[in-house]
Amino acid sequence: MQITVTVNGTSYTRDVEARLLLIHFLRDELRLTGSHWGCDTSNCGACVVWLDGTPVKSCTVLAAMADGRQVRTVEGLAAAGQLDPVQRGFAECHGLQCGFCTPGMMMTARWLLDHNPAPTPAEIREALSGQLCRCTGYENIVRSVLWAAALVRGDDPPGPPAVRRLGGSPPAAGPPSPAKPEGAA
Amino acid sequence: MKSAYGSMRRKEDARFVRGLGTFTDDVALPGMLHGAILRSPLAHARIISVDTAAAEAHPKVRAVITGETLERRKLAWMPTLSRDVQAVLATDKVRFQGQEVAFVVAEDAYAARDALELIDVEYEPLPVLADATRALDPDAPLIRDDLAGQRDNHIFDWSAGDQAATDAVFAAADVIVTQDMLYPRSHPAPLETCGIVADLDQVSGKLTLWSTSQAPHAHRTLYALLAGLPEHKIRIISPDIGGGFGNKVPIYPGYLCAVVGSMLTGKPVKWVEDRSENLMSTAFARDYHMHGEIAATRDGRILGLRARVLADHGAFNGSAQPTKFPAGFFHIFTGSYDLRAAYCEVTGVYTNKAPGGVAYSCSFRIAEGVYLVERMVDLLAAELAMDPAELRMQNLIRPEQFPYTGPTGWEYDSGDYPRALRLALDMAGYDALRREQAEKRARGEHMGIGLSFFTEGVGAGPRKHMDILGLSMNDGADLRVHPTGTAVLGISCQTQGQGHETTFAQLVAEELGLSPDDVEVVHGDTDRTPFGLGTYGSRSTPVSGAAAVVAARKVRERARIVAAAMLEAAPDDLEWDGGRWQVRGDPEQGRTIAEIALAAHSGLDLPDGVDGHLDAGTVYNPPNLTYPYGAYICVIDLDPGTGEVLVRRFVAVDDCGVRINPMIVEGQVHGGLADGVGMALMQVITYDTDGNCLGGSFMDYLLPTSLECPSWELGETVTPCPHHPVGAKGVGESATVGSPAAVVNAVMDALRPFGVRHADMPLTPANVWSAMQGRPVRTDLAAS
Repeated sequence: MQITVTVNGTSYTRDVEARLLLIHFLRDELRLTGSHWGCDTSNCGACVVWLDGTPVKSCTVLAAMADGRQVRTVEGLAAAGQLDPVQRGFAECHGLQCGFCTPGMMMTARWLLDHNPAPTPAEIREALSGQLCRCTGYENIVRSVLWAAALVRGDDPPGPPAVRRLGGSPPAAGPPSPAKPEGAA
Repeated sequence: MKSAYGSMRRKEDARFVRGLGTFTDDVALPGMLHGAILRSPLAHARIISVDTAAAEAHPKVRAVITGETLERRKLAWMPTLSRDVQAVLATDKVRFQGQEVAFVVAEDAYAARDALELIDVEYEPLPVLADATRALDPDAPLIRDDLAGQRDNHIFDWSAGDQAATDAVFAAADVIVTQDMLYPRSHPAPLETCGIVADLDQVSGKLTLWSTSQAPHAHRTLYALLAGLPEHKIRIISPDIGGGFGNKVPIYPGYLCAVVGSMLTGKPVKWVEDRSENLMSTAFARDYHMHGEIAATRDGRILGLRARVLADHGAFNGSAQPTKFPAGFFHIFTGSYDLRAAYCEVTGVYTNKAPGGVAYSCSFRIAEGVYLVERMVDLLAAELAMDPAELRMQNLIRPEQFPYTGPTGWEYDSGDYPRALRLALDMAGYDALRREQAEKRARGEHMGIGLSFFTEGVGAGPRKHMDILGLSMNDGADLRVHPTGTAVLGISCQTQGQGHETTFAQLVAEELGLSPDDVEVVHGDTDRTPFGLGTYGSRSTPVSGAAAVVAARKVRERARIVAAAMLEAAPDDLEWDGGRWQVRGDPEQGRTIAEIALAAHSGLDLPDGVDGHLDAGTVYNPPNLTYPYGAYICVIDLDPGTGEVLVRRFVAVDDCGVRINPMIVEGQVHGGLADGVGMALMQVITYDTDGNCLGGSFMDYLLPTSLECPSWELGETVTPCPHHPVGAKGVGESATVGSPAAVVNAVMDALRPFGVRHADMPLTPANVWSAMQGRPVRTDLAAS
């Protein structure tokens, strides 16, 4: 069947099998491989993208269901070459390790900030509770979203995490302030 | 000169936050075909026939591979990392549910799956052995009838320590406490499953594999041995890896099938397993049935420890650990305590369950050893009516005893254990927590406070003692400084999220007075990096990191000679200060590495025997393991009406020696603490008595989310490693190893008023409830 889907502002028309999942349409047909596939059961959230402005798990959405609709993926987070505050927050606060869950986490986090510009840690945890991260223990993901929220609001970002240190290792610099240019590359 | 160490943002994040990482499943080659595996629905059955005619007739199918196809090429069986063999595709019978039976290569992934439905396999069901405790019964079904001379399900007996001395200590002890406990079967479940793209160039004969491999160099050698291909014609590219945790150490049947698929079709073949395949067939972890005994004086001096373990290795012994150690490093099970004697014996058995064993951040079975000793110490504290913190403090190895040789032969390198425990108690506000607990108990509320103190030996390892399949556990590093003073470091280990591209750049930058931004780290490509055994067992910083530093120091020494020629001074008259070589006593006369590098590539006259350019390579053979340790305290609230456990706080003090990038170290600890909460409270791969895997999806195999994890409270002490070039120790698995016992001890602490002494992980609400009713359940086995 023929479908037309607008992804990150670009319209794509393709002939697809009716059973094709949206995640495979994005990854295999459009070669937008930033969204990942991690389970088949809507548990892990590595595949979260926006469908008409709402986060969905694209492993349980048919590509045909996106016909005529708007999809936004991690590749569409940055605008005009500028990273989204959420992307910057994850890099600043070590909100990712292997990077596999990160696109889905960031898409949900961006949606949260659009609807709640000053979320509490508990609200962030609730918003991300349908997604799994196997590396970070979630703490730095929460900090990343708090950092991004502060940047969006124009507030001072949260300081470095409090680690009780005894001994001679160099002091942690902590996440730099957002006033500095993005330089993770 | 500013130190290159310290928290800095990771270089690799620039691509990940943009969705521009390259994971194996992101690789797409022209003409690429897709593979899928037909798996056994039965746990134990004879294969009568495999009919592939209908599948082969599918218009999009290019090849169907069966055990028979592979047998003709002598590839139906492959060696495991424990010198057993494992079926690539079953020929005689299937031995666990989910075992590989046939492989379809088709034009797209959906068609490959369709074709699996068209394969007709006739099975003759056989009696199933899913209960490890019955494996050695005389009437147990024989699983490995493929092995000549194998008459039962016994794999190995192994022991460590001094049995007679331990018996004597126990005979003289005031108090002996015993406990049976299961460390249940778990699965690392990296969010990215395992997969491969195999591309055999029909002209050059070169086989290129994009593979989710934690050990690309070791894999290359194994493929050469397995498939009979010349090793220089194999290139393994391990691109971005979506978490490993040990799951991506072995070679899996699907990898070999993809290679054969590429050979047969002349096209690249991609195979990526789905989540159920990952959970049901790839390397599991733990599954240790342990009996512990601890002996002490009445006033709380721990004297000895004994353990007897039944190790369930599944249908093939695919456990990955150094050859001499079939139970891994379990025998470091005396943990952090100064005991007089200890003895452990381990028996490994086959069952009709998936193979594996050492695959989940366990530091080669130290996870099981730490859990055993930390549960036993808590049970002893209860028996002696002592506070568990006080009992631990009283028995920790003292700082002045290092280097300390434990009763089973491990030489602990350095530590100040009481300091770490004191910091953890202080951070937790331990005394106040105990008061709060007493007040709450008085009004019928139930909270628990659990401690664990762990020591690991990580960074395998010294070549004298440690190898895998005959390959020494050493790692190489190649460092080249370009004429303009930026550098490329090639390493043999492979990041799966640990941030090697950043940490290793910091290591080199610190040695050469460069900025980490000026050091590029190349890894995960066997054609571009030196040989080494890869990333697992927390060995990257202890072994590969040491190699990087040694290579950098070699470069620095060569730079000294070049600088001496530039300054017309004797090399001995130069000193390294502030990131450059300068004439002793005349700091005006100095040269940076960038200046020296340009000169080294120029026509500068160098002394005889000194090469131009500025590069060095090395292979690092660690003199010992490194011994990180930590003190953990978990606080939980228990709902006695439902058995639900809420982790309220978790305090973790880690000492992993010098921290190169503290931000990354803390991230490693965070992740491991979540593993501990998961294993203690929810993660388990249970089988029913018919051998059906009951943890085959994320609907059934529960992992902790952001709601089950508290906000971690970290502390650190720094006791440098005396034998590592920069004093660092491994840390990647510390929290996974150390934290489950703290959570379980906290739950058992909360359950004391209910007369519960022990219940096995995972402490789900149902299991806690059963324990409260005096009916603790077996978590490894369910009724059919």
